[in-house]
Amino acid sequence: MVDMVSKDQTLLSIEQVERRVQEQTRAKRARDRRAEIVYPILVAAALLAGWELGVYALRVPVYLFPPPSRIISSAIANWELLLRESWTTSVEILAGYAVSIVVGIPLAFAIFRWPVFSKSVYPLLISSQAMPKVAVAPLFVVWFGFGLIPKVLIAFLIAFFPIVINTVMGLASIEREKIYLAQSMGLSSFDTFRLIRLPNALPSIFAGLKISITLAVVGAVVGEFVGGDGGLGYQLMVANGSMDTPLLFAGVGMLTALGVLFFWIVELTERLCMPHQEKASGSIGSA
Amino acid sequence: MNLAPVRTSPGAAPYLEMENLSKVYAGEDGPVRALDRVSLTQRRGEFVSVVGPSGCGKSTLMMIAAGLASSSEGRILVESKVIDAARTDLGIVFQNHVLLEWRTALENVMLQAVARKMDLKAAERRARDLLVSVGLKGFENKYPRSLSGGMKQRVSICRALIHDPPQLLMDEPFGALDSLTRDQLVLDLQRICSERSTAVLFITHSIAEAVFLSDRVIVMTPRPGKIDRVIEIDLPRPRTLAMRESPEFAQYSREILGVFLARGILKE
Repeated sequence: MVDMVSKDQTLLSIEQVERRVQEQTRAKRARDRRAEIVYPILVAAALLAGWELGVYALRVPVYLFPPPSRIISSAIANWELLLRESWTTSVEILAGYAVSIVVGIPLAFAIFRWPVFSKSVYPLLISSQAMPKVAVAPLFVVWFGFGLIPKVLIAFLIAFFPIVINTVMGLASIEREKIYLAQSMGLSSFDTFRLIRLPNALPSIFAGLKISITLAVVGAVVGEFVGGDGGLGYQLMVANGSMDTPLLFAGVGMLTALGVLFFWIVELTERLCMPHQEKASGSIGSA
Repeated sequence: MNLAPVRTSPGAAPYLEMENLSKVYAGEDGPVRALDRVSLTQRRGEFVSVVGPSGCGKSTLMMIAAGLASSSEGRILVESKVIDAARTDLGIVFQNHVLLEWRTALENVMLQAVARKMDLKAAERRARDLLVSVGLKGFENKYPRSLSGGMKQRVSICRALIHDPPQLLMDEPFGALDSLTRDQLVLDLQRICSERSTAVLFITHSIAEAVFLSDRVIVMTPRPGKIDRVIEIDLPRPRTLAMRESPEFAQYSREILGVFLARGILKE
Protein backbone atom coordinates (compact mmCIF):
# COMPACT_ATOMS: atom_id res chain seq x y z
CA MET A 1 0.00 0.00 0.00
CA VAL A 2 2.71 2.40 1.01
CA ASP A 3 4.67 1.38 -2.05
CA MET A 4 1.70 2.04 -4.28
CA VAL A 5 1.25 5.54 -2.91
CA SER A 6 4.87 6.53 -3.31
CA LYS A 7 4.91 5.03 -6.78
CA ASP A 8 1.83 7.02 -7.71
CA GLN A 9 3.42 10.19 -6.44
CA THR A 10 6.55 9.77 -8.50
CA LEU A 11 4.37 9.47 -11.57
CA LEU A 12 2.62 12.79 -10.96
CA SER A 13 4.13 15.79 -12.75
CA ILE A 14 4.60 18.98 -10.76
CA GLU A 15 1.67 20.55 -12.63
CA GLN A 16 -0.59 17.72 -11.49
CA VAL A 17 0.59 18.10 -7.91
CA GLU A 18 0.03 21.81 -8.18
CA ARG A 19 -3.52 21.30 -9.40
CA ARG A 20 -4.24 18.78 -6.65
CA VAL A 21 -2.91 21.10 -3.93
CA GLN A 22 -4.91 23.99 -5.36
CA GLU A 23 -8.09 21.95 -5.41
CA GLN A 24 -7.53 20.65 -1.90
CA THR A 25 -6.91 24.16 -0.61
CA ARG A 26 -9.97 25.53 -2.35
CA ALA A 27 -12.12 22.70 -1.00
CA LYS A 28 -10.79 23.29 2.51
CA ARG A 29 -11.52 27.02 2.30
CA ALA A 30 -15.08 26.32 1.11
CA ARG A 31 -15.52 23.86 3.99
CA ASP A 32 -14.23 26.43 6.48
CA ARG A 33 -16.55 29.10 5.12
CA ARG A 34 -19.53 26.76 5.34
CA ALA A 35 -18.55 25.77 8.88
CA GLU A 36 -18.36 29.45 9.86
CA ILE A 37 -22.02 29.86 8.94
CA VAL A 38 -23.44 26.42 9.69
CA TYR A 39 -21.92 25.78 13.13
CA PRO A 40 -23.18 28.94 14.85
CA ILE A 41 -26.66 28.28 13.42
CA LEU A 42 -26.56 24.69 14.65
CA VAL A 43 -25.43 25.73 18.11
CA ALA A 44 -28.10 28.43 18.34
CA ALA A 45 -30.79 26.02 17.14
CA ALA A 46 -29.69 23.40 19.67
CA LEU A 47 -29.79 25.96 22.49
CA LEU A 48 -33.25 27.19 21.51
CA ALA A 49 -34.56 23.64 21.23
CA GLY A 50 -33.10 22.76 24.63
CA TRP A 51 -34.64 25.90 26.12
CA GLU A 52 -38.04 25.15 24.64
CA LEU A 53 -38.00 21.51 25.81
CA GLY A 54 -36.55 22.38 29.21
CA VAL A 55 -39.25 24.93 29.93
CA TYR A 56 -42.00 22.44 29.06
CA ALA A 57 -40.35 19.53 30.86
CA LEU A 58 -39.86 21.52 34.09
CA ARG A 59 -43.26 23.28 33.76
CA VAL A 60 -41.72 26.72 34.28
CA PRO A 61 -44.48 29.36 34.29
CA VAL A 62 -44.41 31.66 31.26
CA TYR A 63 -44.15 34.85 33.38
CA LEU A 64 -40.92 33.51 34.90
CA PHE A 65 -39.18 32.12 31.88
CA PRO A 66 -41.08 31.91 28.58
CA PRO A 67 -40.08 29.38 25.90
CA PRO A 68 -38.67 30.74 22.62
CA SER A 69 -41.91 29.99 20.78
CA ARG A 70 -43.87 32.31 23.10
CA ILE A 71 -41.23 35.05 22.74
CA ILE A 72 -41.37 34.82 18.96
CA SER A 73 -45.16 34.89 18.87
CA SER A 74 -45.14 37.88 21.22
CA ALA A 75 -42.61 39.62 18.95
CA ILE A 76 -44.82 38.95 15.93
CA ALA A 77 -47.96 40.16 17.75
CA ASN A 78 -46.18 43.35 18.84
CA TRP A 79 -44.05 43.93 15.76
CA GLU A 80 -45.32 47.45 15.16
CA LEU A 81 -44.61 48.53 18.71
CA LEU A 82 -41.16 46.91 18.70
CA LEU A 83 -40.16 48.53 15.41
CA ARG A 84 -41.35 51.96 16.53
CA GLU A 85 -39.50 51.74 19.85
CA SER A 86 -36.42 50.37 18.09
CA TRP A 87 -36.42 53.45 15.90
CA THR A 88 -36.61 55.75 18.95
CA THR A 89 -33.75 53.90 20.66
CA SER A 90 -31.68 53.79 17.47
CA VAL A 91 -31.89 57.56 17.13
CA GLU A 92 -30.70 57.96 20.75
CA ILE A 93 -27.85 55.47 20.26
CA LEU A 94 -26.64 57.00 17.00
CA ALA A 95 -26.94 60.58 18.27
CA GLY A 96 -25.00 59.67 21.43
CA TYR A 97 -22.40 57.85 19.35
CA ALA A 98 -22.08 60.75 16.91
CA VAL A 99 -21.51 63.20 19.78
CA SER A 100 -18.94 60.80 21.25
CA ILE A 101 -17.00 60.83 17.97
CA VAL A 102 -17.35 64.56 17.36
CA VAL A 103 -16.19 65.38 20.90
CA GLY A 104 -13.89 62.40 21.54
CA ILE A 105 -11.63 62.51 18.50
CA PRO A 106 -10.83 66.26 18.55
CA LEU A 107 -10.36 65.99 22.33
CA ALA A 108 -7.88 63.17 21.73
CA PHE A 109 -6.06 65.24 19.08
CA ALA A 110 -5.82 68.13 21.54
CA ILE A 111 -4.58 65.87 24.35
CA PHE A 112 -1.95 64.49 22.02
CA ARG A 113 -0.94 67.86 20.62
CA TRP A 114 -0.70 69.96 23.79
CA PRO A 115 0.88 68.20 26.79
CA VAL A 116 -0.24 70.99 29.13
CA PHE A 117 -3.84 70.53 28.01
CA SER A 118 -3.44 66.81 28.49
CA LYS A 119 -2.15 67.25 32.04
CA SER A 120 -5.07 69.48 33.01
CA VAL A 121 -7.80 67.48 31.27
CA TYR A 122 -6.69 63.93 31.98
CA PRO A 123 -7.62 63.84 35.68
CA LEU A 124 -11.07 65.22 34.80
CA LEU A 125 -11.45 62.60 32.12
CA ILE A 126 -10.51 59.79 34.46
CA SER A 127 -12.91 61.00 37.16
CA SER A 128 -15.68 61.31 34.57
CA GLN A 129 -15.14 57.60 33.98
CA ALA A 130 -14.99 56.66 37.64
CA MET A 131 -18.26 58.51 38.28
CA PRO A 132 -21.22 56.09 38.06
CA LYS A 133 -23.23 57.50 35.17
CA VAL A 134 -26.41 55.71 36.16
CA ALA A 135 -26.34 57.80 39.32
CA VAL A 136 -26.28 61.13 37.47
CA ALA A 137 -28.89 60.02 34.94
CA PRO A 138 -31.82 61.28 37.09
CA LEU A 139 -30.13 64.67 37.24
CA PHE A 140 -30.20 64.86 33.44
CA VAL A 141 -33.91 64.13 33.56
CA VAL A 142 -34.38 67.05 35.96
CA TRP A 143 -32.37 69.32 33.69
CA PHE A 144 -33.52 68.21 30.25
CA GLY A 145 -36.83 66.51 30.79
CA PHE A 146 -37.98 63.21 29.29
CA GLY A 147 -37.02 63.88 25.67
CA LEU A 148 -34.12 62.85 23.49
CA ILE A 149 -31.40 65.00 25.05
CA PRO A 150 -30.82 63.23 28.40
CA LYS A 151 -30.54 59.83 26.65
CA VAL A 152 -28.08 61.18 24.12
CA LEU A 153 -26.05 62.75 26.93
CA ILE A 154 -25.90 59.54 28.93
CA ALA A 155 -25.02 57.49 25.84
CA PHE A 156 -22.29 60.03 25.11
CA LEU A 157 -20.95 60.02 28.67
CA ILE A 158 -20.65 56.25 28.67
CA ALA A 159 -19.38 55.85 25.09
CA PHE A 160 -16.85 58.63 24.46
CA PHE A 161 -14.09 57.51 26.83
CA PRO A 162 -12.76 54.52 24.83
CA ILE A 163 -12.64 56.69 21.71
CA VAL A 164 -10.49 59.29 23.45
CA ILE A 165 -8.15 56.78 25.09
CA ASN A 166 -7.68 54.64 22.00
CA THR A 167 -7.14 57.62 19.72
CA VAL A 168 -4.51 59.12 22.04
CA MET A 169 -2.81 55.74 22.33
CA GLY A 170 -2.86 55.24 18.57
CA LEU A 171 -1.38 58.67 17.90
CA ALA A 172 1.32 58.29 20.52
CA SER A 173 2.43 54.78 19.66
CA ILE A 174 4.43 55.20 16.48
CA GLU A 175 7.88 53.92 15.56
CA ARG A 176 10.37 56.70 16.07
CA GLU A 177 11.88 55.95 12.65
CA LYS A 178 8.63 56.90 10.92
CA ILE A 179 8.91 60.36 12.41
CA TYR A 180 12.59 60.59 11.49
CA LEU A 181 11.64 59.61 7.97
CA ALA A 182 9.02 62.36 7.82
CA GLN A 183 11.56 64.91 9.06
CA SER A 184 14.12 63.87 6.47
CA MET A 185 11.46 64.33 3.79
CA GLY A 186 10.78 67.84 5.03
CA LEU A 187 7.15 67.09 5.93
CA SER A 188 5.42 69.80 7.94
CA SER A 189 3.96 68.68 11.26
CA PHE A 190 0.46 68.94 9.77
CA ASP A 191 1.41 66.73 6.82
CA THR A 192 3.19 64.29 9.14
CA PHE A 193 -0.05 64.07 11.07
CA ARG A 194 -2.19 63.67 7.96
CA LEU A 195 0.03 61.26 6.04
CA ILE A 196 1.67 59.27 8.81
CA ARG A 197 0.37 59.68 12.36
CA LEU A 198 -3.35 59.53 11.65
CA PRO A 199 -3.31 56.50 9.31
CA ASN A 200 -0.91 54.86 11.74
CA ALA A 201 -3.45 55.40 14.54
CA LEU A 202 -6.47 54.15 12.57
CA PRO A 203 -6.44 50.54 13.82
CA SER A 204 -6.38 51.79 17.40
CA ILE A 205 -9.05 54.43 16.72
CA PHE A 206 -11.34 51.80 15.25
CA ALA A 207 -10.76 49.53 18.24
CA GLY A 208 -12.10 52.40 20.36
CA LEU A 209 -15.00 53.04 18.00
CA LYS A 210 -16.05 49.40 18.22
CA ILE A 211 -16.04 49.35 22.01
CA SER A 212 -17.92 52.64 22.01
CA ILE A 213 -20.81 51.57 19.82
CA THR A 214 -21.72 48.76 22.22
CA LEU A 215 -21.48 51.20 25.14
CA ALA A 216 -23.72 53.71 23.35
CA VAL A 217 -26.45 51.05 23.26
CA VAL A 218 -26.08 50.54 27.02
CA GLY A 219 -26.17 54.32 27.57
CA ALA A 220 -29.37 54.85 25.60
CA VAL A 221 -31.14 52.05 27.47
CA VAL A 222 -29.97 53.38 30.85
CA GLY A 223 -31.35 56.78 29.85
CA GLU A 224 -34.71 55.26 28.98
CA PHE A 225 -34.83 53.27 32.23
CA VAL A 226 -34.34 56.39 34.30
CA GLY A 227 -36.59 58.83 32.56
CA GLY A 228 -38.17 57.57 29.40
CA ASP A 229 -41.49 57.90 27.68
CA GLY A 230 -40.52 55.74 24.74
CA GLY A 231 -37.87 53.44 23.32
CA LEU A 232 -37.03 49.79 23.86
CA GLY A 233 -35.64 50.43 27.36
CA TYR A 234 -38.89 52.09 28.38
CA GLN A 235 -40.89 49.21 26.85
CA LEU A 236 -38.82 46.74 28.87
CA MET A 237 -39.86 48.55 32.04
CA VAL A 238 -43.51 48.56 30.97
CA ALA A 239 -43.45 44.88 30.02
CA ASN A 240 -41.77 44.08 33.32
CA GLY A 241 -44.40 46.02 35.23
CA SER A 242 -47.25 44.14 33.53
CA MET A 243 -45.50 40.78 33.94
CA ASP A 244 -45.43 40.41 30.13
CA THR A 245 -42.22 38.41 30.21
CA PRO A 246 -42.38 37.21 26.58
CA LEU A 247 -42.50 40.83 25.39
CA LEU A 248 -39.65 41.67 27.75
CA PHE A 249 -37.55 38.93 26.16
CA ALA A 250 -38.56 40.10 22.69
CA GLY A 251 -37.38 43.61 23.60
CA VAL A 252 -34.05 42.31 24.88
CA GLY A 253 -33.67 40.33 21.65
CA MET A 254 -34.39 43.46 19.62
CA LEU A 255 -31.79 45.47 21.58
CA THR A 256 -29.21 42.75 21.02
CA ALA A 257 -29.96 42.74 17.30
CA LEU A 258 -29.55 46.53 17.18
CA GLY A 259 -26.22 46.34 19.01
CA VAL A 260 -24.88 43.65 16.66
CA LEU A 261 -26.10 45.54 13.58
CA PHE A 262 -24.40 48.80 14.60
CA PHE A 263 -21.22 46.93 15.49
CA TRP A 264 -21.19 45.34 12.04
CA ILE A 265 -21.59 48.72 10.40
CA VAL A 266 -18.57 50.06 12.32
CA GLU A 267 -16.57 46.98 11.42
CA LEU A 268 -17.53 47.31 7.77
CA THR A 269 -16.44 50.97 7.80
CA GLU A 270 -13.15 49.87 9.32
CA ARG A 271 -12.58 47.37 6.54
CA LEU A 272 -13.38 50.01 3.92
CA CYS A 273 -10.97 52.48 5.56
CA MET A 274 -8.15 49.97 5.86
CA PRO A 275 -8.20 47.74 2.79
CA HIS A 276 -4.57 46.78 3.42
CA GLN A 277 -5.46 44.83 6.52
CA GLU A 278 -6.13 41.16 6.01
CA LYS A 279 -8.69 41.01 8.79
CA ALA A 280 -10.35 43.67 10.88
CA SER A 281 -8.35 44.25 14.03
CA GLY A 282 -10.14 42.83 17.01
CA SER A 283 -13.66 41.50 16.99
CA ILE A 284 -16.69 41.47 19.23
CA GLY A 285 -14.79 38.96 21.36
CA SER A 286 -11.87 41.29 22.02
CA ALA A 287 -14.15 44.29 22.48
CA MET B 1 42.53 53.38 -8.39
CA ASN B 2 38.90 54.28 -8.68
CA LEU B 3 37.60 53.43 -12.08
CA ALA B 4 33.92 54.35 -11.61
CA PRO B 5 33.22 57.29 -13.93
CA VAL B 6 31.08 59.54 -11.73
CA ARG B 7 33.35 59.50 -8.70
CA THR B 8 34.88 62.87 -8.13
CA SER B 9 38.55 63.57 -7.68
CA PRO B 10 40.01 63.70 -4.16
CA GLY B 11 40.71 67.39 -4.58
CA ALA B 12 37.03 68.35 -4.82
CA ALA B 13 35.42 70.32 -2.01
CA PRO B 14 33.86 68.12 0.69
CA TYR B 15 30.08 67.70 0.66
CA LEU B 16 29.69 66.72 4.30
CA GLU B 17 31.99 67.80 7.11
CA MET B 18 31.72 66.65 10.69
CA GLU B 19 33.95 68.57 13.06
CA ASN B 20 34.86 67.27 16.51
CA LEU B 21 31.47 65.77 17.23
CA SER B 22 31.02 64.68 20.83
CA LYS B 23 27.86 63.28 22.32
CA VAL B 24 27.31 62.69 26.02
CA TYR B 25 24.13 61.23 27.49
CA ALA B 26 23.19 62.01 31.08
CA GLY B 27 22.78 58.44 32.36
CA GLU B 28 21.42 57.17 35.69
CA ASP B 29 24.92 56.36 36.97
CA GLY B 30 26.76 59.32 35.55
CA PRO B 31 27.29 60.56 32.01
CA VAL B 32 27.78 58.15 29.10
CA ARG B 33 30.21 59.13 26.37
CA ALA B 34 28.64 58.02 23.10
CA LEU B 35 30.97 59.94 20.78
CA ASP B 36 34.37 61.41 21.52
CA ARG B 37 35.59 64.10 19.13
CA VAL B 38 34.70 62.43 15.86
CA SER B 39 35.74 64.28 12.71
CA LEU B 40 34.99 63.10 9.22
CA THR B 41 34.62 64.62 5.77
CA GLN B 42 32.96 63.13 2.76
CA ARG B 43 33.16 64.14 -0.88
CA ARG B 44 30.27 64.12 -3.30
CA GLY B 45 29.83 60.62 -4.69
CA GLU B 46 32.09 59.02 -2.13
CA PHE B 47 31.08 55.77 -0.42
CA VAL B 48 32.12 55.83 3.23
CA SER B 49 31.40 52.99 5.63
CA VAL B 50 31.50 53.23 9.39
CA VAL B 51 32.22 49.84 10.89
CA GLY B 52 32.38 48.92 14.53
CA PRO B 53 30.84 46.80 17.27
CA SER B 54 27.53 47.60 18.96
CA GLY B 55 27.79 50.57 21.25
CA CYS B 56 30.59 52.31 19.36
CA GLY B 57 28.29 55.23 18.61
CA LYS B 58 27.95 54.62 14.89
CA SER B 59 24.16 54.94 14.91
CA THR B 60 24.42 58.07 17.06
CA LEU B 61 26.85 59.41 14.50
CA MET B 62 24.34 58.79 11.72
CA MET B 63 21.51 60.44 13.63
CA ILE B 64 23.68 63.51 14.16
CA ALA B 65 24.79 63.47 10.53
CA ALA B 66 21.11 63.46 9.50
CA GLY B 67 20.40 66.42 11.77
CA LEU B 68 17.87 64.27 13.62
CA ALA B 69 19.85 64.37 16.87
CA SER B 70 22.02 67.12 18.25
CA SER B 71 25.62 66.70 19.24
CA SER B 72 26.80 67.87 22.65
CA GLU B 73 29.81 69.53 21.05
CA GLY B 74 31.10 70.09 17.54
CA ARG B 75 29.22 70.80 14.34
CA ILE B 76 28.28 69.48 10.93
CA LEU B 77 28.48 71.36 7.66
CA VAL B 78 26.91 70.50 4.35
CA GLU B 79 28.52 72.34 1.45
CA SER B 80 30.12 74.62 4.05
CA LYS B 81 26.77 75.56 5.65
CA VAL B 82 26.24 74.73 9.31
CA ILE B 83 23.35 72.34 9.95
CA ASP B 84 21.08 72.97 12.93
CA ALA B 85 17.88 71.12 11.94
CA ALA B 86 16.84 67.87 10.27
CA ARG B 87 18.52 67.66 6.86
CA THR B 88 16.27 67.20 3.86
CA ASP B 89 19.00 66.88 1.21
CA LEU B 90 19.19 63.16 1.80
CA GLY B 91 17.59 59.75 1.68
CA ILE B 92 17.65 57.52 4.74
CA VAL B 93 17.48 53.74 4.94
CA PHE B 94 17.07 52.34 8.44
CA GLN B 95 17.79 48.81 9.64
CA ASN B 96 14.03 48.34 9.83
CA HIS B 97 12.36 49.05 6.48
CA VAL B 98 9.95 51.63 8.04
CA LEU B 99 7.40 51.19 5.26
CA LEU B 100 3.91 52.53 5.89
CA GLU B 101 1.78 49.40 6.02
CA TRP B 102 -1.29 51.13 4.58
CA ARG B 103 0.56 52.12 1.41
CA THR B 104 1.53 49.83 -1.46
CA ALA B 105 5.17 49.46 -2.51
CA LEU B 106 4.72 52.12 -5.17
CA GLU B 107 2.82 54.46 -2.84
CA ASN B 108 5.55 54.07 -0.23
CA VAL B 109 8.19 55.16 -2.73
CA MET B 110 5.90 57.97 -3.86
CA LEU B 111 5.56 59.29 -0.30
CA GLN B 112 8.93 60.96 -0.76
CA ALA B 113 7.70 62.62 -3.97
CA VAL B 114 4.43 63.72 -2.34
CA ALA B 115 6.30 65.14 0.66
CA ARG B 116 8.64 67.12 -1.58
CA LYS B 117 5.85 68.26 -3.90
CA MET B 118 7.64 66.83 -6.91
CA ASP B 119 5.91 66.49 -10.28
CA LEU B 120 3.89 63.38 -9.46
CA LYS B 121 3.59 62.02 -13.01
CA ALA B 122 7.31 62.11 -13.61
CA ALA B 123 7.99 60.85 -10.11
CA GLU B 124 5.71 57.88 -10.60
CA ARG B 125 7.51 56.91 -13.79
CA ARG B 126 10.77 57.15 -11.91
CA ALA B 127 9.44 55.19 -8.94
CA ARG B 128 8.30 52.39 -11.25
CA ASP B 129 11.70 52.34 -12.99
CA LEU B 130 13.47 52.20 -9.64
CA LEU B 131 11.30 49.33 -8.41
CA VAL B 132 11.94 47.42 -11.61
CA SER B 133 15.68 48.06 -11.33
CA VAL B 134 15.79 46.38 -7.91
CA GLY B 135 13.81 43.38 -9.17
CA LEU B 136 10.36 44.32 -7.88
CA LYS B 137 8.54 44.28 -11.20
CA GLY B 138 5.00 43.08 -10.54
CA PHE B 139 5.10 43.99 -6.85
CA GLU B 140 4.30 47.70 -7.27
CA ASN B 141 0.77 47.36 -5.93
CA LYS B 142 1.50 44.93 -3.12
CA TYR B 143 1.17 46.01 0.49
CA PRO B 144 4.26 45.57 2.71
CA ARG B 145 2.70 42.65 4.57
CA SER B 146 2.90 40.51 1.42
CA LEU B 147 6.56 41.36 0.70
CA SER B 148 9.56 39.49 2.08
CA GLY B 149 12.11 41.22 4.31
CA GLY B 150 14.53 41.70 1.42
CA MET B 151 11.81 43.13 -0.82
CA LYS B 152 10.71 45.60 1.85
CA GLN B 153 14.27 46.82 2.25
CA ARG B 154 14.51 47.24 -1.54
CA VAL B 155 11.35 49.35 -1.51
CA SER B 156 12.79 51.51 1.26
CA ILE B 157 16.00 51.97 -0.78
CA CYS B 158 13.89 53.10 -3.75
CA ARG B 159 12.08 55.54 -1.46
CA ALA B 160 15.43 56.96 -0.36
CA LEU B 161 16.54 57.47 -3.97
CA ILE B 162 13.52 58.72 -5.89
CA HIS B 163 14.44 62.39 -5.36
CA ASP B 164 18.04 61.73 -6.38
CA PRO B 165 19.52 63.04 -3.13
CA PRO B 166 23.17 64.11 -2.98
CA GLN B 167 23.50 62.05 0.21
CA LEU B 168 22.29 58.62 1.24
CA LEU B 169 22.44 57.56 4.89
CA MET B 170 22.12 53.86 5.61
CA ASP B 171 22.00 52.51 9.15
CA GLU B 172 22.77 48.78 9.04
CA PRO B 173 20.31 48.44 6.17
CA PHE B 174 20.97 44.75 5.59
CA GLY B 175 21.36 43.76 9.23
CA ALA B 176 18.03 41.95 9.47
CA LEU B 177 18.39 39.95 6.23
CA ASP B 178 19.72 36.48 5.49
CA SER B 179 23.20 36.26 3.99
CA LEU B 180 22.21 35.44 0.39
CA THR B 181 19.75 38.34 0.28
CA ARG B 182 22.45 40.56 1.78
CA ASP B 183 24.90 39.60 -0.97
CA GLN B 184 22.34 40.43 -3.64
CA LEU B 185 21.43 43.76 -2.06
CA VAL B 186 25.09 44.68 -1.66
CA LEU B 187 25.58 44.05 -5.39
CA ASP B 188 22.43 46.03 -6.21
CA LEU B 189 23.56 48.90 -4.03
CA GLN B 190 26.95 49.00 -5.74
CA ARG B 191 25.27 49.18 -9.15
CA ILE B 192 22.84 51.87 -8.00
CA CYS B 193 25.69 53.95 -6.59
CA SER B 194 27.74 53.60 -9.77
CA GLU B 195 24.86 55.16 -11.72
CA ARG B 196 24.74 58.37 -9.69
CA SER B 197 27.00 60.61 -7.63
CA THR B 198 25.42 60.10 -4.24
CA ALA B 199 27.61 60.37 -1.16
CA VAL B 200 26.72 57.26 0.84
CA LEU B 201 27.35 57.06 4.57
CA PHE B 202 26.94 53.39 5.35
CA ILE B 203 26.76 52.17 8.94
CA THR B 204 27.46 48.47 9.38
CA HIS B 205 29.01 45.90 11.67
CA SER B 206 29.98 43.68 8.75
CA ILE B 207 33.64 44.06 7.80
CA ALA B 208 33.08 42.29 4.46
CA GLU B 209 30.22 44.63 3.50
CA ALA B 210 32.25 47.69 4.43
CA VAL B 211 35.32 46.64 2.40
CA PHE B 212 33.23 45.50 -0.54
CA LEU B 213 31.22 48.69 -0.94
CA SER B 214 33.47 51.48 0.26
CA ASP B 215 35.96 53.97 -1.01
CA ARG B 216 36.88 54.56 2.60
CA VAL B 217 36.19 52.57 5.78
CA ILE B 218 36.02 54.33 9.14
CA VAL B 219 36.78 51.91 11.98
CA MET B 220 35.20 52.93 15.27
CA THR B 221 35.79 51.53 18.74
CA PRO B 222 33.45 51.84 21.73
CA ARG B 223 33.58 53.38 25.21
CA PRO B 224 33.93 56.15 24.25
CA GLY B 225 32.90 55.90 20.60
CA LYS B 226 35.73 57.24 18.52
CA ILE B 227 37.43 56.80 15.18
CA ASP B 228 40.32 54.41 15.50
CA ARG B 229 41.46 54.13 11.92
CA VAL B 230 40.55 55.29 8.42
CA ILE B 231 41.30 52.86 5.61
CA GLU B 232 41.19 53.75 1.92
CA ILE B 233 39.90 50.77 -0.08
CA ASP B 234 41.77 50.72 -3.35
CA LEU B 235 40.01 47.92 -5.23
CA PRO B 236 38.83 48.24 -8.84
CA ARG B 237 35.10 48.71 -9.53
CA PRO B 238 32.73 47.14 -10.24
CA ARG B 239 33.65 44.71 -7.50
CA THR B 240 32.52 41.11 -7.75
CA LEU B 241 31.63 38.58 -5.07
CA ALA B 242 34.64 36.53 -6.17
CA MET B 243 36.91 39.43 -5.22
CA ARG B 244 36.06 38.77 -1.60
CA GLU B 245 38.42 35.78 -1.87
CA SER B 246 41.27 37.86 -3.29
CA PRO B 247 44.43 38.55 -1.24
CA GLU B 248 43.91 42.34 -1.44
CA PHE B 249 40.40 42.03 -0.01
CA ALA B 250 41.65 39.72 2.72
CA GLN B 251 44.40 42.22 3.52
CA TYR B 252 41.83 44.99 4.13
CA SER B 253 39.60 42.72 6.21
CA ARG B 254 42.58 41.67 8.31
CA GLU B 255 43.55 45.28 8.90
CA ILE B 256 40.10 46.10 10.27
CA LEU B 257 40.00 42.91 12.28
CA GLY B 258 43.43 43.81 13.62
CA VAL B 259 42.03 47.01 15.12
CA PHE B 260 39.29 45.10 16.95
CA LEU B 261 41.81 42.50 18.18
CA ALA B 262 44.23 45.16 19.36
CA ARG B 263 41.47 46.98 21.29
CA GLY B 264 40.28 43.76 22.92
CA ILE B 265 36.87 43.95 21.21
CA LEU B 266 37.63 40.52 19.78
CA LYS B 267 39.70 37.97 21.68
CA GLU B 268 41.33 34.94 20.11
